[in-house]
Amino acid sequence: MEETEVVTGEMDYGNTRRASIFTQLTFIIPAFVLAVLVFIAIFAPAVAPHPPNKMSLTKRLQPPAFVMGGSRAHILGTDKLGRDILSRAIYGARVSISVSLLVILITSSCGTILGITAGYLGGRVDGLIMRITDVSLCFPALLLAMLLAVSIGPSFLTVVLSMSILGWAPYARLIRGETLKLREADFVAQARIIGSSALRIMVRHIFPNIINPLIIMMTLSVGMLILTESTLSYLGFGIPPPTPSWGSMVSDGRSLIDRAWWISFFPGIAIGLVVLSGNFLGDWLRDKLDPRLRQI
Amino acid sequence: MNKIILQVEDLRTYFFTRKGVVKAVEGVSFHVNEGETFGIVGESGCGKTVTGLSILRLLPEPAGRIVGGKIVLDGTNLLALSKKEMRAFRGRMVSMILQDPMTSLNPVYTIGNQIAESVRLHQNIPDNKVREEVISALRLLKIPAPEMRLRDYPFQMSGGMRQRVVGAIAMSCHPRLLIADEPTTALDATIQAQYIALFKEVQKTTGVAIIFITHDFGVVANMCHRVAVMYSGKIVETAKTREIFEAPKHPYTSALIESVPRLDRKDERLYSIEGQPPSLLNLPPGCRFFPRCDYAMEICGEKEPAEVEIGKDHFVSCWNVS
Amino acid sequence: MSEVLLEGRHLTKHYPVTKGPLKRTIGWVRAVDNVSFAIERGKTLSLVGESGAGKTTTAKMLLLLEQLTSGSILFKGKDLHQFTRSQLKKEYRPRVQAVQQNPWSSMNPRMRVKTIIAEPLVVNNKQSKKQTRERVMELLEQVGLRPEHADHYPHEFSGGQRQRIAVARALALRPSVVVLDEPVSALDVSIRAQIMNLLKDLQVKHDLSYLVIAHNLATVRYMSHRVAIMYLGEIVEYGEAEMLFENPLHPYTRALMSASLLTLPEENGKETDQIILSGEMPSPLSPPPGCRFHTRCAEAKAICSSEEPEIRTVGTQQVKCHY
Repeated sequence: MEETEVVTGEMDYGNTRRASIFTQLTFIIPAFVLAVLVFIAIFAPAVAPHPPNKMSLTKRLQPPAFVMGGSRAHILGTDKLGRDILSRAIYGARVSISVSLLVILITSSCGTILGITAGYLGGRVDGLIMRITDVSLCFPALLLAMLLAVSIGPSFLTVVLSMSILGWAPYARLIRGETLKLREADFVAQARIIGSSALRIMVRHIFPNIINPLIIMMTLSVGMLILTESTLSYLGFGIPPPTPSWGSMVSDGRSLIDRAWWISFFPGIAIGLVVLSGNFLGDWLRDKLDPRLRQI
Repeated sequence: MNKIILQVEDLRTYFFTRKGVVKAVEGVSFHVNEGETFGIVGESGCGKTVTGLSILRLLPEPAGRIVGGKIVLDGTNLLALSKKEMRAFRGRMVSMILQDPMTSLNPVYTIGNQIAESVRLHQNIPDNKVREEVISALRLLKIPAPEMRLRDYPFQMSGGMRQRVVGAIAMSCHPRLLIADEPTTALDATIQAQYIALFKEVQKTTGVAIIFITHDFGVVANMCHRVAVMYSGKIVETAKTREIFEAPKHPYTSALIESVPRLDRKDERLYSIEGQPPSLLNLPPGCRFFPRCDYAMEICGEKEPAEVEIGKDHFVSCWNVS
Repeated sequence: MSEVLLEGRHLTKHYPVTKGPLKRTIGWVRAVDNVSFAIERGKTLSLVGESGAGKTTTAKMLLLLEQLTSGSILFKGKDLHQFTRSQLKKEYRPRVQAVQQNPWSSMNPRMRVKTIIAEPLVVNNKQSKKQTRERVMELLEQVGLRPEHADHYPHEFSGGQRQRIAVARALALRPSVVVLDEPVSALDVSIRAQIMNLLKDLQVKHDLSYLVIAHNLATVRYMSHRVAIMYLGEIVEYGEAEMLFENPLHPYTRALMSASLLTLPEENGKETDQIILSGEMPSPLSPPPGCRFHTRCAEAKAICSSEEPEIRTVGTQQVKCHY
């Protein structure tokens, strides 16, 4: 409770309106960025000016167009094999999006199913699932990813697999927590009174009410997943060349950073921008959805 | 003793929300005499809590604003004070007890600590005297063995005890006016009876005036000397407690009293008031009780009735009466 | 005497208190101890008591939400222990439904009203979609709501209206007994009368039996035919409502009544006589020996702290007291 100023006469609405415009911006800008990202990922072939893997030994290491020596043909410059940075970045978006989306889907569904089951049924089932979850959470994800890449060879599938294998655990834990809270709710008791089975309660009563925190977690993990995938690619354990990935592009430009900074710079910016947008969006969602959660 | 300690004139408190202006308190006037207990009764949403908060100027910012009126406590217009001056008043001259004893106390500090905090803020006494003040506050609220309780944490105490500690914090600086917002709602019936008896004693001992905000008529009957009935942001009737119960003049007051089941006799059928209280966002013209009133006349739907004094210290706002 | 529909005999519920990683049982919370009562067809029995008395736990046992530590529940004369699981689901559960205290949390906020009311029917595979829809409309009308309300969400309604929805849902399966846990205490004063009147009307119309849990004696008096006063897990007085209120026998009952009566201040400023109990309800973890009430009883004598009183019958009432 704040102390009250005494005001007579008309009220200044300014404060409230200013605050709401600001909050709306924190949604509009990141949403826009992510929408653009998805768009160019889907329509990459139409959007990219050049094929991503087209090499040109004559046009190697061209700087971006706004720097002396650059040309309009390659707005963001070329890398050491003469491939257009912009096009590769666009195709790289495709990789990042598809990996993240797939991983989110797999981890959230597995995690939710396990979380609700553990939370609602309790007892030994809960104990078992939670022990597995604990082990998952302790395991260093990056290490596992690298091990997998080494043993079965790096590929799109390997990356998805390694990120999914441990990625479900945080979901399971979160959803279990939410389920525990809901389990004691009056309407759940009511469902038991009318004779609902456990499965029905989990699906029809618990699940719709944990969607909010679930969505928030999913949104917030977008950024982290893109970062992870980029890290893996950067380290060489991710998507194998020649498929462009932002991470591998950054890695490629590492040794040339003093001479051709643009090779690492632009993909790096892209990573930062997308991660930030994902986080802002997630925060905005959390603020939007949280107070309404308390209507229960 | 009929000296007036608090005079509220035409208080208006509005909440400015995105959906519009909520006129929570619209022109409320009443006075409280020294050493008496003044009850404000009404249902949820009628504005009684907001009235109490307005007196203490503790409304949620930026939405809540006092937009008009005067609140004069012992000669000082509280609404004219600066924030700093008001802070000095709060706790020392006027204090408040809230409904939920669970959340009124900070779980991580001992109760001794919390009472001491209030004492230190408002009284310029040396540290070694603070402890004495704390103990005497606890004693005032009849907490047994107060010296031993100083180190207790809130979770170690029962609901009734906690409510007493809250009372001790409120009384620790000997305020002239205490505002109690539904302090007994969360308590069991027998504990409630204890608590009310305790408060009557505290009042006798310290001479503090109490504003008792509640929806429970039983508590009002037991505790208050005078009562104001609020509906939808306005006071509809003010009178001595006995008169309110025996001869209520406002249709809402009488309907409300008739709809409460009695323990001393078997009711065949309870009177129930049809409908719902109006939304404070979209108030219709005229008397706010008009749509639900059994005695409604045409004028009731057009103009709001003015307050009329119909007996000694008995005020009603109703067209049927004036 | 009407037919006895639901009966509890020597119902007991003790919760174990465990300590340490091995979960040794170091004590028992005696939430409900040896409680017996009978609910007759078409009548209301109220369980009254303060918080911690064990009334909600007793209700939960009847609703199969808690397992009995000992004792038995008889439905239409047959012991529930003899019911198979399938029989419980098909023959007991639909007959014994509930309305809960908190109208804000007793309904899934994500389901529309029509889904909420229809759910008992759907779960028990009762009817076709068309029949279900019709029944929902019928129920809405019975509780005083309009058909267009069916498509809204619970949070769009006021507390009183939500309780009506809860009542409609409770009646969906045409139960014989409805357990009402503090059905009006969360509602505004002027709405309480509406809901209580509704409940009484429905009781007459459908020959329903009610088990009402309450702490407000005035509400209880208005609604009940029989009353059981509970203290610390036991029933201390039990009998016909009117007789009990006119002539309360147990000291606790008398204290409770005194605390709940609307007493106006006297003209000359003198205080009216009130029984004020000292202290608070002890913990059910270690109830006082002998009569559990003796620690707060104004009339306690030596025998009260050593021997547990027997249940004696005085007229139509049963009392657990040495006096």
